[in-house]
Amino acid sequence: MASSPEYVSWFADIGLGDRQDVGGKGGSLGELQRAGIPVPPGFVVRTRAFERFLEAVERQSPLRAQVEALSPDDLEAVTACSRATRARLEEVALPTLVVEEISSAHETLCHAGVVPAVAVRSSATTEDASDASFAGLQDTYLWVNSASEALRMVRSCWASLYSVESICYRRRRGFAEAGVAMAVVVQAMVDARTAGVMFTRSPTTGDRSVITIEGAWGLGSAVVGGEVTPDRWVVGKITGEISVREISDKKIKHVPLLAGGIEAVALEEELRRTACMSDAELQSLRTLARKVERQYGHAQDIEWAIDRHSGSILLLQSRPETVWSAREPAPVARAAENPLSHVMSIFGGRQ
Amino acid sequence: MRCGPRCPPNPRAKLRSVANETAPVRLLPTVVRGIAINAPVRSKSFPLPSSLQVVPGTQRAQAAYPYYTQFTAADDQRFWFYNSMHFPEPMSAFDMVTAEAAYCALGSSSTRVHCIPTTLGIDHRIINGRVYIGGNAVTDPAEIARRTAEFQQRAFYYYDNWERLYAQWREKMLALIHDARAFPKLELPEFEPLAHVEAGRGVASNHYLLDIYQKTLEGYFRMWHHHFEFLLLGYGAYLTFFAFCKKAFPEINDQTVARMVAGIEAEIFRPDEELRRLARRAVELGVEAKFAEGVSVEAIIESLQQSGDSGRAWLEELETSRDPWFNINVGDGFYHYHRSWNDDLSMAFASLPGYIARVLAGESLVRPVEKLQAERRQLIEDYRELLSSDEERAAYDQMITLAHRVFPYVEGHKFYCEHWYTNLFFNKIREFGALLAAHGFFPSKEDVFHLTHYELEAAIIDLMTSWSNGSPPRGPEHWPQIVAERRAAIGEWAKHDTPPALGPVPDVIDDPAIVMLWGITRESLQTWLDAGDDAAGNEIKGFAASSGVVEGPARVVKSVEEIARLQKGDILVCQITNPTWAPVFQKIAGAVSDIGGSMSHAAIVAREYSLPAVVGTGTATSRIKDGQLIRVDGGRGVVTILR
Repeated sequence: MASSPEYVSWFADIGLGDRQDVGGKGGSLGELQRAGIPVPPGFVVRTRAFERFLEAVERQSPLRAQVEALSPDDLEAVTACSRATRARLEEVALPTLVVEEISSAHETLCHAGVVPAVAVRSSATTEDASDASFAGLQDTYLWVNSASEALRMVRSCWASLYSVESICYRRRRGFAEAGVAMAVVVQAMVDARTAGVMFTRSPTTGDRSVITIEGAWGLGSAVVGGEVTPDRWVVGKITGEISVREISDKKIKHVPLLAGGIEAVALEEELRRTACMSDAELQSLRTLARKVERQYGHAQDIEWAIDRHSGSILLLQSRPETVWSAREPAPVARAAENPLSHVMSIFGGRQ
Repeated sequence: MRCGPRCPPNPRAKLRSVANETAPVRLLPTVVRGIAINAPVRSKSFPLPSSLQVVPGTQRAQAAYPYYTQFTAADDQRFWFYNSMHFPEPMSAFDMVTAEAAYCALGSSSTRVHCIPTTLGIDHRIINGRVYIGGNAVTDPAEIARRTAEFQQRAFYYYDNWERLYAQWREKMLALIHDARAFPKLELPEFEPLAHVEAGRGVASNHYLLDIYQKTLEGYFRMWHHHFEFLLLGYGAYLTFFAFCKKAFPEINDQTVARMVAGIEAEIFRPDEELRRLARRAVELGVEAKFAEGVSVEAIIESLQQSGDSGRAWLEELETSRDPWFNINVGDGFYHYHRSWNDDLSMAFASLPGYIARVLAGESLVRPVEKLQAERRQLIEDYRELLSSDEERAAYDQMITLAHRVFPYVEGHKFYCEHWYTNLFFNKIREFGALLAAHGFFPSKEDVFHLTHYELEAAIIDLMTSWSNGSPPRGPEHWPQIVAERRAAIGEWAKHDTPPALGPVPDVIDDPAIVMLWGITRESLQTWLDAGDDAAGNEIKGFAASSGVVEGPARVVKSVEEIARLQKGDILVCQITNPTWAPVFQKIAGAVSDIGGSMSHAAIVAREYSLPAVVGTGTATSRIKDGQLIRVDGGRGVVTILR
């Protein structure tokens, strides 16, 4: 890219501090890359692209005021407004410069990536890290394999801001529509041999000293979407010890479709009950998990994939763990004035 | 064109719930106390003591044990468990001195010296040569409160002055060892030496038999007091930290906590380190070829003596290792036949060919002490960092500081007490055996161990009397038949399994001594009970002692003499693994024991050798058949019988 683009930013150039412009997901990916953690290359369509686009829409007829006037309890009105708004957002032409910059970045990305396909993911600025439920109202499109499709998906991401759920969510919380914006992440796809998720503490006990890893053959969407029972490991965060090792019967895997998108295919018999990754790979994931957690100073939920061609491990996204953090219990013990008094927990009988 | 699927919001939601899938993490007992209280109480119970039969034909041998060790009807009301951890084999009449001396000292410490609030001492009973023990819990809250005040005054004084008292302990212990080594040889000359007459000694040689015997016995009882002077307090401080870690990190492995606390340079590692040193020296001196597999110790020593300066230099090195580090028994030192490496060099020499091969392959065999220390520091720091608050970190610091202060004693005492001193003791008794055998009391000096310590004193007085009055001793008519009978009884008893526990299962085991030393909890008892129900199941659970997964043929070793059967790649299955079997640890692929906790020395040595180990299974030696293919998962504490 010759001059610095206005509407897109490469991951390398952004971080969590840029969340207002690039959204939570985009900022997080930038942050990971800055920390030296391998992530698939990509760029963010900044919020100002959305705003520029919305200006064009507003020029035709007001949109935000209309949404802001809705009551979240009037589901009928919200539904009607949502349908009309989304239709408008699909129709109005994108600003030329936005189209040019995205197309150009897309081309660069497809040259850089191993496969000429991208994921298009929404990256909302209102996406509060500790409010995962709202994060879930956004869209992700995988294996998008042309610039024109990518543009269409960017538009769809934007439109998803006006889904019935999204509108109700904002109306219920009384968010000003003027502050609502969305960035979109466009990221090279990883043709994964194995992929999955990991959690830098125990989901069952909250133990911060273990990492729970789940993975399956093929693309991670099968694990994330719950379409396959993944292999599961519990790895000591510090010791690296693998204390749980459950190799499941993985009946299917997700593979990319030539025409774009994903399909589920039956897994070869001999792979079904075979562990989808080696201990060495588990240890590499552990190292990455610790690095990410340290970077954020907080337990993380991480999506990862192992590239089929290079064998390298890539992190697709990371977000803060919220469930256990929200209910941090009282300290297990507090410093005692006389340190010896701690032994009474052993010698003093039932307390 | 259809787009990709919608990405569900939160991968966390897709992490399967594992609450019901994960085997409960086995905790060291005290920690489980809270859980145990809530565990459903089953109406099941172990057999009552009164239902245990003395094996037919062995009644007289059973009667040899003192009246205070025989079960009575009142004992049916109490819970007992078989102390297979310390006494895995039927014990001979003399050897039960170890049980009584140890329980005397243990009980003194908990009941009257440090006044542990919730427990008095341990009762013991003997049937069919098996030692059953039962705790004596204090449950009355007022009494617990009264004892707590005493405990805090006494135990806290010990903790506060630990280093000084421990330094003093070493001196006491070394003095006791010195005294025991200085006991005179046993002599009954035909005529009292003229020198004694001229010196006006006035006390004849026969009297010294009694004097030396009583001092020998006295020294042994005293040694056990030294043994328990710090032990309960030491374990308690360690378990305090352990319990904290288990709460802060529910999924932490027992052995990880153990690694944070365990010393790097404990005495218990020294004997094995000496063997490594000797292997290195053999290579440096160019005499390594003398140590071929299968060559007897005598042949090796003879050929070294004949191979000039280098051979003699190695033998000198051997001598420096032997005193004191070869004063280590092939067992726990509780039985007279747990001989030391000094008594039987073949045990030590057996591992030399293996070590020499490793030296020749370029290994240094030196324990990287500094690296291990740095790793331990890092481990402690890494877990500390994961704690949720500075408040927790402050408590963690306090607890691990205390654990580190007390632990050298917990690790170090064993070498001085169970090994060095015990070995001196049994060898002195063996001298009495030789003297009595020479006077026809029984055929072999080893037969002396079929007399109780009371009977042995009687036999000695018999001999003293005989020497003084010139009449033949009565022993030669009296003892041979009894000794033969008791020897046969031990053989008979060994053929019979004995229940792991007797009597009603207590609602809660609230006795820190029992949970700390034996690792017995309500939960582990339930497992033992279930094992009876589910003898066909192929999974045996225990404490995770040393991580790693290994498969191999099981070698079920029921006594120390059998360890020679272990072949490379075997998995050792025994009642209690013993660190002094260290040399066999370089052969075996894994270890499983009936009893023991994650801080048992077996666990320590297994970790040192990176061998998967599961301890405290309760039933492994009775459920696993010799030669079966088994899998040991030392990280989860599970042993699976594969076929």
